[in-house]
Amino acid sequence: MARATTTRRKIITTAAAWAIGFTIFFPILWTILTSFKTEAQAISDPPVFLFFDWTLENYAVVQERSNYMRFLWNSVIIAGGSTVLGVLIAVPAAWSMAFVPSRRTKDILLWMLSTKMLPAVGVLYPIYLICIELGLLDSRIALVVILMLINLPIIVWMLYTYFKEIPGEILEAARMDGASLKEEILYVLTPMAIPGIASTLLLNFILAWNEAFWTLNLTAAKAAPLTAFIASYSSPEGLFYAKLSAASTMAIAPILILGWFSQKQLVRGLTFGAVK
Amino acid sequence: MSLKSTLSAATALALVTAGGAYAEAHSPTITIATVNNGDMIRMQGYTDQFTEQTGINVEWVTLEENVLRQRVTTDITTNGGQFDIMTIGMYETPIWGSNGWLVPLDNLSDDYDADDILPAMAGGLSHDGTLYAAPFYGESSMIMYRTDLMEAAGLDMPEAPTWDFIRDAAAAMTDRDNDINGICLRGKAGWGEGGAFITAMSNSFGARWFDEEWNAQFDTEAWANTVNFFKDMMDASGPAGYATNGFNENLSLFQQGNCGMWIDATVAASFVTNPNDSTVADSVGFALAPDTGLGKRSNWLWAWALAIPAGTQQQAEALQFIEWATSKDYIELVAANEGWANVPPGARTSLYENPNYQDVPFAQMTLDSILSADPQNPTVDPVPYVGVQFAAIPEFAGIASEVSQEFSAAYAGQQTVEEALAKAQDITTEAMEAAGY
Amino acid sequence: MATKASRSAARMMMAPAVILLLGWMLIPLVLTLFFSFKKFLPLRGDRWENGLEWVGFENYVRFVSSSAFWPSVITTLIIVGGVLVITVCLGILLAMLLDQPMWGQGIVRILVIAPFFVMPTVSALVWKNMFMDANNGLFSHLWRLFGAEPVSWLSEASLPSIILIVSWQWLPFATLILLTAIQSLDSEQLEAAEMDGASPLARFGHIVLPHLSRAVTIVILIQTIFLLSVFAEIFVTTGGAFGSRTLTYLIFQRVLESQNVGLGSAGGVYAIILANIVAIFLMRIVGKNLDT
Repeated sequence: MARATTTRRKIITTAAAWAIGFTIFFPILWTILTSFKTEAQAISDPPVFLFFDWTLENYAVVQERSNYMRFLWNSVIIAGGSTVLGVLIAVPAAWSMAFVPSRRTKDILLWMLSTKMLPAVGVLYPIYLICIELGLLDSRIALVVILMLINLPIIVWMLYTYFKEIPGEILEAARMDGASLKEEILYVLTPMAIPGIASTLLLNFILAWNEAFWTLNLTAAKAAPLTAFIASYSSPEGLFYAKLSAASTMAIAPILILGWFSQKQLVRGLTFGAVK
Repeated sequence: MSLKSTLSAATALALVTAGGAYAEAHSPTITIATVNNGDMIRMQGYTDQFTEQTGINVEWVTLEENVLRQRVTTDITTNGGQFDIMTIGMYETPIWGSNGWLVPLDNLSDDYDADDILPAMAGGLSHDGTLYAAPFYGESSMIMYRTDLMEAAGLDMPEAPTWDFIRDAAAAMTDRDNDINGICLRGKAGWGEGGAFITAMSNSFGARWFDEEWNAQFDTEAWANTVNFFKDMMDASGPAGYATNGFNENLSLFQQGNCGMWIDATVAASFVTNPNDSTVADSVGFALAPDTGLGKRSNWLWAWALAIPAGTQQQAEALQFIEWATSKDYIELVAANEGWANVPPGARTSLYENPNYQDVPFAQMTLDSILSADPQNPTVDPVPYVGVQFAAIPEFAGIASEVSQEFSAAYAGQQTVEEALAKAQDITTEAMEAAGY
Repeated sequence: MATKASRSAARMMMAPAVILLLGWMLIPLVLTLFFSFKKFLPLRGDRWENGLEWVGFENYVRFVSSSAFWPSVITTLIIVGGVLVITVCLGILLAMLLDQPMWGQGIVRILVIAPFFVMPTVSALVWKNMFMDANNGLFSHLWRLFGAEPVSWLSEASLPSIILIVSWQWLPFATLILLTAIQSLDSEQLEAAEMDGASPLARFGHIVLPHLSRAVTIVILIQTIFLLSVFAEIFVTTGGAFGSRTLTYLIFQRVLESQNVGLGSAGGVYAIILANIVAIFLMRIVGKNLDT
């Protein structure tokens, strides 16, 4: 009897969860499906779901119009570079906050977060002028640095929360064994924090990948990432849903695939210290 | 502390973080910022031929119109030097030209035949008689209508109809059960979208943006008439949600056979008559944009043009490209490959003298529309500004985009037309004060 | 354990991050303040290298006295608040559902977190065109199927539409954090309560919710930081029309559309003040809840 109840309950739960999951995922699914339709099918009423003439034409058109690989490569470099650089700078800071806390540690942490609240558009002109002075317009270096700065507070905070969960005794034991500070961080702390660091890298890679203000406004042809790629497909003349869908799919596919493969890592680490 | 020294301090700090600026090697590559319109995209496809002829490589930065404007304006005002050629319109060209930000196009080669550019276009792209941008294509606006629906309604479209006729015809053609709206017009917010339409329309109702002392004129009866007429007609005979429809939305509605009439850019004529995209290609007629008998019609004048920012290092190469892209040869090239109906229209006189092009059904009406728009003298009452559907002053884009948002909110029924006009008056007065008029 | 040596070492290690962020905060802040007291109209030919005219507090006065100011503050708060309420409430329900035993949990989780990977521009474009368009959008097809008049979502219900789009993007984030928190809940405690005859609602109210409070706080804190600067979703969908203009968007209009950098910079200073009010408010709660 009890068993039957649990099975029934499991069925209901499964059905509900799948229905909700499907609903949430539907806009993405619909975009992917539409990208394989012709423009006429893309707007047909009633809409067609699966039974249409699948075509790759939209992808061919998009590929012909823009050099997708270059945008993709720029996105990878900018998102990857800013994330790695950010973690390199954040690990020592997070270490000292977690293991040598002072009265001001929490204030510093919260202050760091507050720097993220500056409205980007208000400082577009100053930053643009600085980039001109430095000859850094349309360069990946500028974006790597800026996106690193934007995400640094989040990175520091995430790492800090992971480090705090590591018992200080272990580090102390290592120190007793004569490990230097560098060795302590490199060989004791870091391996223990790998899941946390991995999840930090992932989250910030996603955030940097999707950043669309600075990447759009500070680039022209050479350093433009996928956010600029998509800006050339919004509302052109004529029917465009299928082409827009193809371009959208191309813009989100890499990060979607990465996210799916690494979701276990991401989920495990995404606690921000919420779990005690 | 001056900004300069603030900046140097900032620079020093940023230098440390960036690990040093890097210089890039010079190569014969020009970077062009352009809009993602069909004609521009087509041109990108032919760029290889240009590279073959000249050895100059071309990098494209193709952006949606609003993003493009924001991007090139930031770059030109800061002298950022990111682009060797910018695609800009009739609004930007005279303003930027007068600031000395554009390279004057006064030494175009003889082959190019600059005198062949339609005078209306050349006039709108010049400042003090100097051409600052070469038109890639030019447009006015006109009525595109369904001849079959017009006939079914028992009506005959005159060559030059009045707004009253259009309203009555729209009501007669509307058949909402069959998804047919008598008329589709732009209601979308944005100075280049619904803002452009209502401004051009207001000219025919005797309204104007500013009087000769730069006072906002939204409190006049002429403006109330314009906006009320628009809203009443669209509520009665327009498509659902017209307050968010812009050029592109209306184009697809018309192509799908949901509109009886559409008053919009003349370049749309080639899209609605193209049987590949349009279900109504063989039953489209054209007429001049309507008027109210006050002496001005409600058609605008616009050109997408190529200009060279003064900061570029590659002026000669950029000029070479402009001469290629806006030449008679380029028109021939497109005509040979895609047919005469698909060449970039509205830029050159010789195109309209070409017998091949005269066979295109919308050629004559396009030319007539262009010729009937007068940017120097756009309104019934005199105004201090130049421009038909805009006023060529730096403040206009900002003001008009907010004003058109108020109008769109009125179209959507969120406020009355009177409220929208009162707000428009405040917004405009406020902004003009801020700008020091 | 902290010796003097390790204290100074700790300060050294914190220095790069702190100095960088200080620079990133101060340089733009100083420049924004500087511009906000100047008349700076780039399209009128004003260039910083030529010197700018000092206008005192004129830009500040003009920015607040504009009829657009207060509505934009309210709109900002509505959007931030609306998205927070939706993502936290649905996030808790969804997290509790996903915590139950079921078949294919991994796949469901993948489906649920997917929107988080979609860039805001893309999600705004997709929602606007393919779902909310009054003529060709999927919603309008659906409405017509049931014989209803299609709704022009972005003009008739602009704020709810934008909140929907933004919530869709942030729901996965909230769900994930809340899910991890729920999973750490002691199930024996729940079972004991069930034995004692506590109703599901009471169990939720007395055990689950208090356990989640910390996670909820963190979700609110992080999302608020991102939501205050929501931009792409508005730029793409309504362009600030139909009462959807937030403070960030108003500043964008002043700086880029009107090309009045001085006025926009004054707006930027107000936005910083608003952000700090929200931040202080948040940190009061977080400070209590975070860390002990």
